[in-house]
Amino acid sequence: MIEFQDVHKAYAVNGQSITALQPTSLQVQPGEIFGLIGHSGAGKSTLLRLINRLEEPSGGRIIVDGIDVTALDAQGLRRFRQRVGMIFQHFNLLSSKTVANNVAMPLKLAGELSGVQIKQRVTELLSRVGLSEHANKYPAQLSGGQKQRVGIARALATDPKILLCDEATSALDPQTTAQVLQLLVEINRELGLTIVLITHEMDVIRRVCDRVGVMDAGVIVESGQVSDVFLHPKHETTQRFVQESEEDPDISREEEYQKVSGRIVRLTFLGESTYAPLLGKVARETGVDYSILAGRIGRIKDQACGQLTLALTGGKEQLAEQQLRDAGVHVEVLRP
Amino acid sequence: MSELLINIDWYEIWLATVDTLLMLGGSLLFTVLLGLPMGILLFLVSPRQMFEHRIFYATLSFVVNVLRSLPFIILLIVMIPITVVMTGTSLGVAGAIPPLVVGTTPFFARLVETALREVDRGIIEATQAMGASTRQIIFNALLPEARPGIIAATTVTAITLVSYTAMAGVVGAGGLGDLAIRFGYQRFQTDVMVVTVVLLLLLVQVLQSVGDRLVLRFSRK
Repeated sequence: MIEFQDVHKAYAVNGQSITALQPTSLQVQPGEIFGLIGHSGAGKSTLLRLINRLEEPSGGRIIVDGIDVTALDAQGLRRFRQRVGMIFQHFNLLSSKTVANNVAMPLKLAGELSGVQIKQRVTELLSRVGLSEHANKYPAQLSGGQKQRVGIARALATDPKILLCDEATSALDPQTTAQVLQLLVEINRELGLTIVLITHEMDVIRRVCDRVGVMDAGVIVESGQVSDVFLHPKHETTQRFVQESEEDPDISREEEYQKVSGRIVRLTFLGESTYAPLLGKVARETGVDYSILAGRIGRIKDQACGQLTLALTGGKEQLAEQQLRDAGVHVEVLRP
Repeated sequence: MSELLINIDWYEIWLATVDTLLMLGGSLLFTVLLGLPMGILLFLVSPRQMFEHRIFYATLSFVVNVLRSLPFIILLIVMIPITVVMTGTSLGVAGAIPPLVVGTTPFFARLVETALREVDRGIIEATQAMGASTRQIIFNALLPEARPGIIAATTVTAITLVSYTAMAGVVGAGGLGDLAIRFGYQRFQTDVMVVTVVLLLLLVQVLQSVGDRLVLRFSRK
């Protein structure tokens, strides 16, 4: 759906060239939610804005839904942008227009529908985001979460195939964040919309994304399925993001492991195996004793997952590990 | 009471008031017609905006500054030959409007530029992301969002114009200022001076409160 071919971007600041994005190749599949995570200044915002050319690339090709965006002229670009929705951290609603008129704006700009058709479409969109009774209010009268819903309704107005989310939940409280993310997942499923979102919170990635790219200093340092990246982070930046989303990061426990005897392993459960009564069964059959050093159980999007760090002592350790692997558990030996 | 206002010819006062209102209305109309596009242009070519153009902005900015730094009383005199060419006379209401417009347009344009600068950049970006043309960005986003600021700018400009119309009386423009100078100052008729000052004060008060009300009505923040 979205393809970057060696796209790069450099700015000139006071005569000096600053690289915002190193040559990057990237593919986003139709219908998926692709997340980009990075600290501020990592280049994720630049990458997102390159997709609808709010930022002009310094080189490379960007192909969206079969259209070479980099080759579009001004009018072609305007027509292309009408087919790509975008929502923002600070909502960017027009304070001078009512909720209904904000949502109607992309339709009026496109000039393809009649007044009656626009009205109908706006009613439909507002009911989708649950704001029907606020149609005649002004943005200043709404809460943050409601404003972002207006933003989403506005972005969906022209029936786009792609939705770009620029830190869409960063200005919202945790509860509102959850609701807005839920709405994004819903429209992704029901409309088959491809979503690209950028965030600095691993939690947002974990809750909604199918695939993720981790950015650092203008480079995508790691990318893949969220469950892979989240449970087995390889790059240092990714590991830091995963730790930040944990209340009690593993790293700080390494000293504590010194005090424990036995073999230390980390088990990763994904999907079905997460809730299976596996550990007790394996322990009984192999005579291995285990103590739990650290653990977490949660969800990645709609998949259950868990990670346990255990110290194993006595019995047939090798067999125990083999049985766990056979049951679909990822076993990683931290200390033999 | 009548002893106190012995020199007052109320018919003269009425005519002068009408002249002042005509000068004010006419010059405000042309100031907005010329100054609004000029302000938009200043904004668009200013640094970090859509049509950033350093040289053009610097030139336009310089012209605006020169016109603004010229004392209005000097501008009135300098403008006489040009005014005669434009309106056929340098006297009366028609003769006053060109210098008034030249005097306030740069001022108004600057205020419009400032009002537009107040519009959140994110809103411009969001409108661009919807596929809006520059024209659409200006008319559908920038101007509606800056409307309270532009109304406030118009109010300030109108009040400046009231004092300028009074000054224009010096070169034979007519109006309340002219009356105050000819009778109040040159003939020592203090009562005429007081009446004209009160009327000008009332005019300013009315303009300010109408302006404030409109700003409030269009502010949604």
